[in-house]
Amino acid sequence: MTAAARLAWICGGLAILLVAVAMGSLLVGAAPVSPGIVLDVITGRGPAVGTDRTVVLSIRLPRIAAAMLAGGALAVAGAGFQALTRNPLAEPSILGVSAGAAFGVVLAQVSGLGQGVVEALGLTVFGFTGAAVAGLAVYLIASSAAGLPVHTLLLAGVIVGIFFSAAITVLISIVDANRLGGVIHWLLGSVAPIPPSQLAIFALATVAGVWLVLGQARALNLLALGEEGAIELGVDALRVKRRIFMGAALLTGTVVAFVGPIGFVGLIVPQVFRMLLGPDNRILVPAAFLGGGAFLLAADTLARIVVAPAELSVGVLTSFCGAPFFIWLLRSRVARVAP
Amino acid sequence: MTPLAEFRAVSFVYPRGAAGRPPFELRELSFSVAPGEVLGLIGPNAAGKTTVIRLLSRVLSPSRGAIMIGGEPASALGRAAVARRIAVVPQDVPHGFPYTVEQLVLMGRFPHAPARFFESREDLRIAREAMALTGIESLAAEPLEHLSGGERQRVVLARALAQQPRLLVLDEPTAHLDLRYQAECVALLRRLHRDEGLGILLVSHDLNLAAEVSDRLLLLAGGSAVKVGPPEEVLEETVLEAVYGCRVMVDKHPATRRPTVNVLWPDGR
Repeated sequence: MTAAARLAWICGGLAILLVAVAMGSLLVGAAPVSPGIVLDVITGRGPAVGTDRTVVLSIRLPRIAAAMLAGGALAVAGAGFQALTRNPLAEPSILGVSAGAAFGVVLAQVSGLGQGVVEALGLTVFGFTGAAVAGLAVYLIASSAAGLPVHTLLLAGVIVGIFFSAAITVLISIVDANRLGGVIHWLLGSVAPIPPSQLAIFALATVAGVWLVLGQARALNLLALGEEGAIELGVDALRVKRRIFMGAALLTGTVVAFVGPIGFVGLIVPQVFRMLLGPDNRILVPAAFLGGGAFLLAADTLARIVVAPAELSVGVLTSFCGAPFFIWLLRSRVARVAP
Repeated sequence: MTPLAEFRAVSFVYPRGAAGRPPFELRELSFSVAPGEVLGLIGPNAAGKTTVIRLLSRVLSPSRGAIMIGGEPASALGRAAVARRIAVVPQDVPHGFPYTVEQLVLMGRFPHAPARFFESREDLRIAREAMALTGIESLAAEPLEHLSGGERQRVVLARALAQQPRLLVLDEPTAHLDLRYQAECVALLRRLHRDEGLGILLVSHDLNLAAEVSDRLLLLAGGSAVKVGPPEEVLEETVLEAVYGCRVMVDKHPATRRPTVNVLWPDGR
C-alpha cells in the first residue's frame, strides 16, 4: 500500500470515529432531550423554535465543534513542537507556551476586550503573541551549543510556565473581580458554547495553523535527523523551523483564547499515534488532528455528564489522564532518547 | 572539464572557540574534484576535514573565498539544488524517531521535489535500486534502531545514492564496518565510480583505505593544505611524521602496489 492510500484509510477511519463521538455527544447532556428529537432537529424536521432546538443547535452543536477544533489544534501543536525540538515530551502546556498564551488573553480581557467578532479576533492575536513570546523565551533559555537537551527544555518550559502563571495572578488581583467572572473556570480549560461568528474565526485560525505544520510535514521528517543532516538533504531548516513554530504557536494561542489552556492533549494524542502509526509526520499530523478532536470531544462529553447537573472543566480531565501518561513516558522513553 | 566541486581560496573561522581555545580556522584552502575522480581528504584530528564537508553541503558559509559546485557559485544555489549535486554520507544517523530503512532511503529523494507531499512511484523505484546496490533490500521494513552499525552505514549510503548526486562525500565510510564489509564497501565504491562516473570525496582517518581507492590525496593539517597529489607523492614518511607527530613507515601493498602506512609504535624495539 502506498503512503497516500494508507493516509486515506487512516483518515477515513478516524473521521468515522469522530462523527460517532460527535453523535454520542449530541445525545447526552444536562437538559433531557430524547434522541429522536435530537435527530429531528439535526435533520431539519424538528420544530422551528423551542427549547429543544436551542439546546441542540445553540448549546450542544457549537460546543461539540469547539471541542473538536481545540483537540485537533492542540494535538497538531504538540506534534509540531515534538518534531521541532526532537523531544517526545514537548507539548504546549509543558513548554509553558499555553501559559504565555493565557497571559496574552487575560491581558486582552483586562484591557477591556469583550464579546464579539472583533474581540474574538483580538483575543486570538493576543493569545498567539503570548504563545510566541513564551515559546521564544523557552527556546532561548534552553538552547545551547549542543542543541536542545531534553531535560533543560522541560525545565525551561516549567520556569516560563510558572512565570506567566504568576503574571496572570497579578493581573487578576489588580483588576475588579467582577469583570473577570469566568476567568478561573476558563483558566482550568473548559469548552463553552461559542457563537457561530467566533466559531468561524476559531476554525479559520486552526486551519491556518494546521496548514503551516502539515505543509512542512515531509521536511519535518528529515529534521528529525538533526539540523545538519536535514540541510545536507536540501531542507531549508531555518524556514521549516520558523513555519512550524508559527503554526504551533498560532494553534496554541487560538485554543487558549477560545477554550483556555487545556493541558496534555498535545502530549497524549501525538504520542499514541506515533506508537500506532510510526513517526512519519505526513501521516501523524492529519491523524493527530482528527484523533485529537475525537479525544477532547469525548473528554468534554464526559466532563458534562460525570458530575451532572454540575460540570467539570475538561482541562481537569485531560490532566488526570495526562499526568500519569507523562510520568510513564518520562520513565520509559526519555531514558533511551536523552543525550 | 568543469570540476564537480571547487574550493577557491576558501577561509572560514568558527564564531567562537570551544572553552578558551582559539577558534578553529580554515586558511585559504583551494582544491577541486573532477568528474569521475576519487579525492581522498586525509589529516589528523582537528585538521578541518569536517569543516570542509560542512562548507560543501552549505551548512556553513565561507568567510572569504568561493565554493563552486558544477561551475556555479554555491552561494547562488538553493539548498535543494546543492543536495541534488552533492550527497553527504554521514558516519551515522541520530536515534530517537524510529523510521524504517525504506523511509530513510526515500528521504534521499527530497531535494528532487521538495514541494511534493508524498514520494512518487519513480522515487520509490530509485530508492529500491539504491537499496539493491548496497544489499539492504531485505531490511526495507526494519526500523533503523534494530540494525547493526554496519547495516546502518549501508542504509545511509543507499540514501545518498537515492539523491542521484554527481559527487558523493563519504565521511569515514568504514568506521563501523568489519573487514568483510570494508572490502565490500571498497568494491561498491569502485563499481559506482566506474559505472556511474560518480566523483567521490573520501574523508577518512584510514590512510591505507584512502591510498587504496583515491586517485589523488589532499593532506590537511591545522586548517591548511599540506600536500596534494597522487597517493605515492603525498604519503611520504617525512611529511606524515611532521603532520601526525609520530614515526611511520611507508611500504607498498603486496598486491596492489599502492602505498601503505604503518605506525612505528613508540615503545617498539
